[in-house]
Amino acid sequence: MTNAPESSSTSLPVVGPPAHLDSGVSSSSVLLELRGITKSFGAVQALKHVDLEVPAGQVTALIGDNGAGKSTLIKAIAGIYAPTSGQILWNGEEVHVHSPREAEQLGIATVYQDLALCDNLDVVQNMFLGHEETRYHQLDEISMELAAKKVLADLSVTTVKSVRQKVASLSGGQRQSIAVAKAVMRDSKLVILDEPTAALGVSQTAQVLGLIHTLASRGIAVLLISHNLADVFVVADRVAVMYLGNLVSSGPISDYDTASAVDWITTGASTRGASTMAPAS
Amino acid sequence: MSSSPEINDVDSLVPHESPWQEVWAQLKGLRRGDSGMVPIVIGIVVLVAYFQIRNSLFLSAGNLVNLFVQATTFVLLGMAEIWLLLLGDIDLSVGYVSVLGGATAVILGDGQFHWPWFLTVLMAILVTTAIGALHGAITILLRVPSFIVTLAGLLAWEGVLIYVVDAQGTGGTISDSSEKVLYDLVNTNMSTLWTIIVLAASVIASSLVLLLRDRARRRNGLTVLPFVITGLKIAAMVIAGGILVSIFNTNRGVTFAGHQVTLEGMPWAILVDIVMLAGGTAFLSRTKAGRYLYAIGGNAEAARRAGVSVNRHRLLAFMLTGFTTGIAGLLYISRQGGVSDNVDSTLVLYAVAAAVIGGTSLFGGRGKIIHALIGGLIVAIIYNGMGLLSITASAEYIAIAVVLLAAVTVDSLARRGSEVSR
Ligand SMILES: Nc1ncnc2c1ncn2[C@@H]1O[C@H](COP(=O)(O)OP(=O)(O)OP(=O)(O)O)[C@@H](O)[C@H]1O
Ligand SMILES: [Mg+2]
Repeated sequence: MTNAPESSSTSLPVVGPPAHLDSGVSSSSVLLELRGITKSFGAVQALKHVDLEVPAGQVTALIGDNGAGKSTLIKAIAGIYAPTSGQILWNGEEVHVHSPREAEQLGIATVYQDLALCDNLDVVQNMFLGHEETRYHQLDEISMELAAKKVLADLSVTTVKSVRQKVASLSGGQRQSIAVAKAVMRDSKLVILDEPTAALGVSQTAQVLGLIHTLASRGIAVLLISHNLADVFVVADRVAVMYLGNLVSSGPISDYDTASAVDWITTGASTRGASTMAPAS
Repeated sequence: MSSSPEINDVDSLVPHESPWQEVWAQLKGLRRGDSGMVPIVIGIVVLVAYFQIRNSLFLSAGNLVNLFVQATTFVLLGMAEIWLLLLGDIDLSVGYVSVLGGATAVILGDGQFHWPWFLTVLMAILVTTAIGALHGAITILLRVPSFIVTLAGLLAWEGVLIYVVDAQGTGGTISDSSEKVLYDLVNTNMSTLWTIIVLAASVIASSLVLLLRDRARRRNGLTVLPFVITGLKIAAMVIAGGILVSIFNTNRGVTFAGHQVTLEGMPWAILVDIVMLAGGTAFLSRTKAGRYLYAIGGNAEAARRAGVSVNRHRLLAFMLTGFTTGIAGLLYISRQGGVSDNVDSTLVLYAVAAAVIGGTSLFGGRGKIIHALIGGLIVAIIYNGMGLLSITASAEYIAIAVVLLAAVTVDSLARRGSEVSR
C-alpha cells in the first residue's frame, strides 16, 4: 500500500468510507464523488476501484500515463460508459448517469480535445448547437447572439473578433475557448476538459489556462486531464494520479512537485517530493 | 450606431469598422468562394452574350420563358440534391425516381383509375418520399455510402419505371394530356395581373425579411451590415422582378393559320419553384432541423455529442430529397406531355451540376437552396442555347461537363483554402 501524499487502495476493496482518505477536500464542498468505480472491457480492466473527490470551485488535475484510464474515467462520469460497479455521488446523493444528456442535465459538461465544433457553423451556432433557442418555432438568432456575446465577455474571451465568424477561421486557442464557453453557458457545475491544451502554442495555452482559472473562481468544479505537468502546476488546485487503472495518489497540489508527480505517473509510487511520507510498501 | 449602455459593453467585443471597410470585407468574402456569386454572374453574362450573338432569338421573350420552364426541372432536381449534399451524401437516382413519381401521377389520373388530380399528385410525392426514406434507411442501417445505395437505386428504379410504364400496354409511353391540371402546370400561364402580383409579392416579401432582420439586430445593439449592402440587394431584387414581369407579360404569341394567338403571363411551373425556394430556404435557415443538417455535414460527431440525433436527421434529409424529387418529376412529365419508358439518363447529372455550379459543396456542410436556382438556370442556359444553335447533344454534354468540372474545382479549392487558413 502506498500512502503519500494521500493514498487510495490500489487493488484491495476500500474498507470504510473513502472520503476519509481524502482529507484535503474538507475545506470546500465536494461536488462529485466516485466510490469504487470499476470498468471492464471484457477481460481488460480499465478502471480498478477508483475513488475520487472533485470539489466545487477548484481545478482537479487528472494525470497519468497513456492508457492509465483517464479518458475511461471521465467517460464514466460523462455518461458515455456505464461503470461495471461503483457509485457516483453528486452533491452527496447517488446518481446513475446513463447518457451524455443525463450528465448534462446534472450540470456536467465535457470539453473534448477534438471533434467538438462544426467548422462550417459560426461561433453562435456552435455554442448553441443542440440547444437552440426558438421563438414561434423559429430560431431566435438575436437572443442567441446576445447570450453568446455575454458569455464570452463574462469569460473575458476577447480575441474572437466577431461571434458571427465561422469557427473554421479561428485559431486553436480561440476554438478551445469557444468549446469551453459552450460548456459553461449551460449553467454547468462540473466542467471536464480532456487535454484542452494539447495542440496549442504558448500564448493560446495561457489563454485557455486563464479561462480554466476563471471557471474555478466562479465556483465551478473543473476536472482537467493533461499530460503537461507545467500546465498542471500552473492551474490545478488538486492532483489525482492514475496508474494502470488505479487511482494511486491524490491531494492538494502543494503536496507534489514535478519529480514526485513524474514518479507517480511512471511507477505508480513515489518516495520523493514535497510530501515526506514514504510509501508503506 | 446607437445602443443602450449595457448592450454596448457586450458589443465592444466587435470592433466597429467604417461601413466601407465592411463593404470591402463583403466583396473579399464574395471572392473567397464563400458565396461565390461574382464568378457565377460573370459566367451567366458570358453565356448569355455568346448565345445572343450567335442567335438573336436567344433573348426573345418567347425563348426566355421557354428557358425558364426548362430550368424549373433542373432547379427542383438541384434542390433535391442539396438536402443530401449538405450532409456530404448524394442521391444518384433522382432522375429515374422523379420520373417514376410523375408516372405514378399520370397512371393514376388516367386510364382505368381516374383519380382526381390532387390525389395523384399526393400519391406521386408519397411514392418518391418513401423511396427517399428507403434509400436513407438502407444507408443508415447498413452503414453503406449513399452513392452506392442510390447507384443501385438508379438501376432498380429505372427497371421499375420501365416495368410500370410498359405494363399499361400503351407502347412504352403514356400521355398526360387527359389530366388537365398536371398538363397545365407547365403549359399554361397565369394572367398578366397575377404575374405582377406574384412577382411583386415575392420581391416585397424577401426585401421585408432583410429589412426586418436588420432592424431587429439594430434594436438589440448587434452589428448590422451597412445599409448599402441591403439596399443593393433589394435594388437587385426589384430590378430582377421588373425584368421578369416584362418578359413574362410580353405577348409571345404567334400568328397561326391567319389569326393571332395571345400567349402571355408566367407559367404556373415557375410559381412551384418560387414556393419551393422560399420554403426550403426558410427551413434551412430558420429551423432547428435545418441547422442540424448543416451541423451534421460539418462535423457529425460534434453534432452527436451536442445531442443532435444524427440518424433521424439523415433520414429526414433523404425524405426531403425524395419529396423534392417528386415535385420535380411532376414538372418534368408535364413538360414532356407524359411519361416514356425511355428517360433522359443525364437528368441526375444535371441535378448534381445545378447544385454544385450554384455553389453547394460536394463535401458537405456548405450550401443553400438558392444555389439550385442559380445553377439550374446556368444548366438551362447551356441546354437551351445549344438547342437553339442546333448544336449536337454530344457538344452539349461536353459543355455542361466542363462547367460542372469547373464548379467542382472551385468547390474543392475553396475547401482546401478553408483548411489551410486554420
Ligand atoms: N472501448 C474500449 N474497449 C476496450 N478497451 C478499452 C476501451 N477504451 C479504453 N480501453 C482500454 O482501457 C485502458 C485505459 O484507456 P484510456 O483511454 O482511459 O487511457 P488514457 O489514460 O485516457 O490514456 P491517454 O493518455 O493515452 O489518453 C487502455 O488499456 C485501453 O486500451
Ligand atoms: Mg485519453
